[in-house]
Parts: sequence; C-alpha cells; structure tokens
Amino acid sequence: MRRGPQVLWYLLLIVPFVGTLWVPFYNAIEPRVLGIPYFYWYQFLWIFISAALTAIVYFATREDS
Amino acid sequence: MESSALALTVFAALFALVTVLGFVAARWRPADLDQLHEWGLGGRRFGTLVTWFLLGGDLYTAYTFVAVPALVFGQGALGFFAIPYTIIAYPLVFVVMPRLWSVSHRRGYLTAADFVRGRFDSPVLALAVAATGILATMPYIALQLVGIQVVLGAMGVQGSGWMADLPLVVAFVILAAYTYQSGLRAPALIAVVKDTIVYITVIAAVIVIPSKLGGYRAIFDAVPANKLILAAPKLGTLGQFSAYSTLAFGSALALFLYPHAMTGVLSSSGRAVIRRNTAMMPAYSLLLGLIALLGYMAIAAEVDKAPAYAGGFREYGPNFAVPALFLSVFPSWFVGFAFAAIAIGALVPAAIMSIAAANLFTRNVYKEFLRPRCAGKEESTVAKVASLLVKFGALSFIVLVPQKYAIQLQLLGGVWILQTFPAVIIGLYTRWLHPRALLAGWATGMTAGTWMAGKLAFKGSVYPLMFSGLAIPGYTALWALMANLLVAVLASGALDAAGVARGDDATKKEDYCP
Repeated sequence: MRRGPQVLWYLLLIVPFVGTLWVPFYNAIEPRVLGIPYFYWYQFLWIFISAALTAIVYFATREDS
Repeated sequence: MESSALALTVFAALFALVTVLGFVAARWRPADLDQLHEWGLGGRRFGTLVTWFLLGGDLYTAYTFVAVPALVFGQGALGFFAIPYTIIAYPLVFVVMPRLWSVSHRRGYLTAADFVRGRFDSPVLALAVAATGILATMPYIALQLVGIQVVLGAMGVQGSGWMADLPLVVAFVILAAYTYQSGLRAPALIAVVKDTIVYITVIAAVIVIPSKLGGYRAIFDAVPANKLILAAPKLGTLGQFSAYSTLAFGSALALFLYPHAMTGVLSSSGRAVIRRNTAMMPAYSLLLGLIALLGYMAIAAEVDKAPAYAGGFREYGPNFAVPALFLSVFPSWFVGFAFAAIAIGALVPAAIMSIAAANLFTRNVYKEFLRPRCAGKEESTVAKVASLLVKFGALSFIVLVPQKYAIQLQLLGGVWILQTFPAVIIGLYTRWLHPRALLAGWATGMTAGTWMAGKLAFKGSVYPLMFSGLAIPGYTALWALMANLLVAVLASGALDAAGVARGDDATKKEDYCP
C-alpha cells in the first residue's frame, strides 16, 4: 500500500467547505451574471468546482483492485 | 375540466409504467430473494450508473422537490442552504463511506447498527443506533406521502370523508406490494425512470418559465430585496450567517447516517463505485439548485395572488407554490408529466426507507434480541413484513394525524440521526471512545436536541447559543452533536481510568481498506 503523499490529495476536499460555509464570501447581490445575483451564481459555481475537485482526487488516489 | 383529465391520464399512465417495473424488478439480475442481502441490498451488485440513479432517486425526494422551493418561496435566501449542504456532503462521503462499505462487505453487515455491534461488541449501543434510524425514517416516509397528496390535490383529485385519502392509499398499497416482492431491486429500477422524468421536467421548467416571465433578471427583480440575500448580522449576534452555514454543515453530516442513504451506499458493488459517484452526484445538486429557484419563479408569477390557487395555498401552504406554478405555465399534458415526476419521486425513497428500516428491525432488534438463530428465509420474511408495517404506519400517520406533526417529527429526525455520528463515523476510524460513553453521549445529544426543538415549539431548527455575550444561532442538530461528543470524550476517559472493560472488536484493521 502506497499511502503517504497520496493522502495529501485529500486536502483538496477541504476547499469546498471553505468556499461554501463562510457566508461573507458571497452574501451580496452584485455583481450579477445574466441577471442572476452573486449569492446564487457563486453557489452554483461551487457545485462544479466541488465535483471537479472530487474527480481530481478520485483519479489521483485511484485504488487498483 | 377536460384539461385536468388529460393531465390525470398522463399521470396515471406513468404511474402504471413504474408499477409494472416494480414487479418486473424481481426478475432483474435474478437471485434468491429469500436471502436478506438480496432482498434488502440488491445483492450488493449495483454498478456505477445504477447507484447514481438509486442514490439520486433516494436522496432527492418528493418532499425535497416540494419543500425546498416552498422554503425559498416563503423565506428567500435562507432556504438556499440546501445547495452548500449537498455540495459538501459528497466530499465527506468520498472519504468516509468506502471504509464502511469495505468493512460491511467483509463482515456481512447490512446496516450501520450491524457495524456498531461488531466494532464495539455492544448490542445496546447497536440498538440505540437502530432505533434512532427507525425513528428518524418513519416521519420521513410519511412526508413522501405529502408530496403525493399535494400533486393529487392540484390535479383536482379530491373526495370527501374517507374517500379523500383513497388515491393515496391505493398508491401506497401498490408500492407496498412490489417492495415486498422485489425488495431493493424495485426502487433501483424505478429510480431510472423517476430521475429521467425529473430531469426533463426541471430542464423544461428553467427554460420555459423564465421565457414567460421575462427572463431571470425579471424573476429576481420580483423578489423583495430583503429575501434575496441573508440579513447582515446585528451587533451581538451572528444572525442568519451562522444559521445558514450550520444548517448546511449539520445536514451534510447527517445525510449519510440516514438508513436509506446507508442502504443505497452498501448496495453498490464496490468502493470505486462509491468514490466515482461522489464526483457524479453533484449533477443532482445542480438540479436541486434549479428546483430551489422555482420558489422565486412562483413569486414572480404571483401564483399566490391568483384566485384559482387560493384553495390550494389554504390547504397546503407554501408547499403549493411549485404545483401552482406548473399549473399556471405548462400545458396540461406536461402538468401530468411533471406531477408524475413528483409522485414517483415519492415512491422511490419511500420504498428504500421502508426497506432500510426493515433491515434495521430484522438485524438489530429481531435477530439480536428475539431470535438469535434466525437466518435465510425467516430473516428475509421478517424484513418483508416489517417493510409493510413501516409503510402502513407512515400511511396511517399521515391520514390520521395533522400534517404539521409529520413535518415537526421529520425535523426532529434530522436532529436525532446526527447523534449516531460518533458511534458510526468516528467508530470507522478509532475505538478510542468507550461503548458506554458513546451511549451516554447519544442519550445526551438526543435529550439536548429534543429540548432545544421543544424550546422552538418544534417549529424551527435554529437555536441561538450564547457564547460570552455573542449569540450564535445554529442548527440544533449540530449543537446537540457537540454536547454528545463532549460527554462521549469525557466519559471515555473516566471509564478507562476506572478500568471498565470494553468488548472485543470483531473487525480487523485491513477490513477497512481496499
């Protein structure tokens, strides 16, 4: 089992917590995108970022069985 | 009422389709359904795609589809906490659930309580975990029925007296019959249909409705400014900010402790399936975000001011917002399609929840305390009968008791289920916490959580905790979990110091790894 440095990849999974749980980052109406207030498109954006980060960690820590 | 007849026909046709699927499912990947792991976990053979549909169909319930936009419709930005909640839930699952899958696979565990039983050698702690799971699940099943009730009411299916509930009873009897026969295979197969028509409905809704309301800018402009974002905290309190993030964080921790989520995870064919799915499940988070926005579209469409829907709002409150929106903008055949999405969306989780509760009862109550030697056919028969009882319990609850009690109990269920976190999730990593300390922590958390909910008159889930002059409004479940952990840690130290014996660990270190 090659653990060690692989575990570091898991730290990427903390990023979505910081991005979405600290409300002052996004509690604003402006700037809007296509008429959608910042509060909403910011959180929608994190759905994609979080999925991408999870995919990266998945491939980086692949378990061969 | 010709248009409503058309809607009803489409609705009934889709309902008939999934009924057939439910029964046919017994012959899908044929196996001996008299074995509990076949009936109750689909033989642990679901691959990536089936698991994706199953978990999506399982976690994003009819009640979610109705209640989340209803909350946004009524309260604005605060209701949007469901989005960060589902964003952070999957990274947690990615880390934790493969461990649970591995140990369950190696040791033949079907439930979280099975694992706790083996890990801590404590039938009583396992019983506490199982009972909490069953208690939290029952009102959740009942609320799925609310979803069906609302759409039936919206289509004008209303009798009087005992007839009023007849369509609901018929739907549930059918559901009970195919769940009894096919087990987890039925909701797994139906979930494919359910998720497909939900995606079609939502994509149509977010394209068609804004075009009729003048675009997204017009929709957000129609929402009162104080609803659009969270109110900035006043001096001496963290206000809605801490409420929002603790609701999201606590709900994410609780999500996969729910028995139906556990069942979905354990039925997958391997660790890689779970890990892969956590990167794919956010597609449903996107869906949920779009569904939440329907609440604002309902505000912009002013459905609550239209006389035609006044009766619906009187009967179902804000939960009527989305059905009213669909009725006002969609052609009637598509109303039938969209309402079928909600109703079938109720059947999948209701089936999985009843199976999960049945597994818990069979394994951790019946087999543990009543018939230790039961296995094979007896075990699966008990589970099948238990799934019927659970469903009819939920049905009679919703028919006999005012709906608000089901909602309050479901709120409490979220608080309760999180109290199994130390035993189940921390238990996956360490046995440092003493089983008796875990039990004491659980009892503390259950009491503290229920007490706080009582203080809020069982109406809300945000309790302001005072911390040296600063009020921190936060999710009651999370506060209760902190009390729970504190007691568990302190009592573990005390019990170990006093030399109180622990049981044996039935699992080995390598059981948790690939």
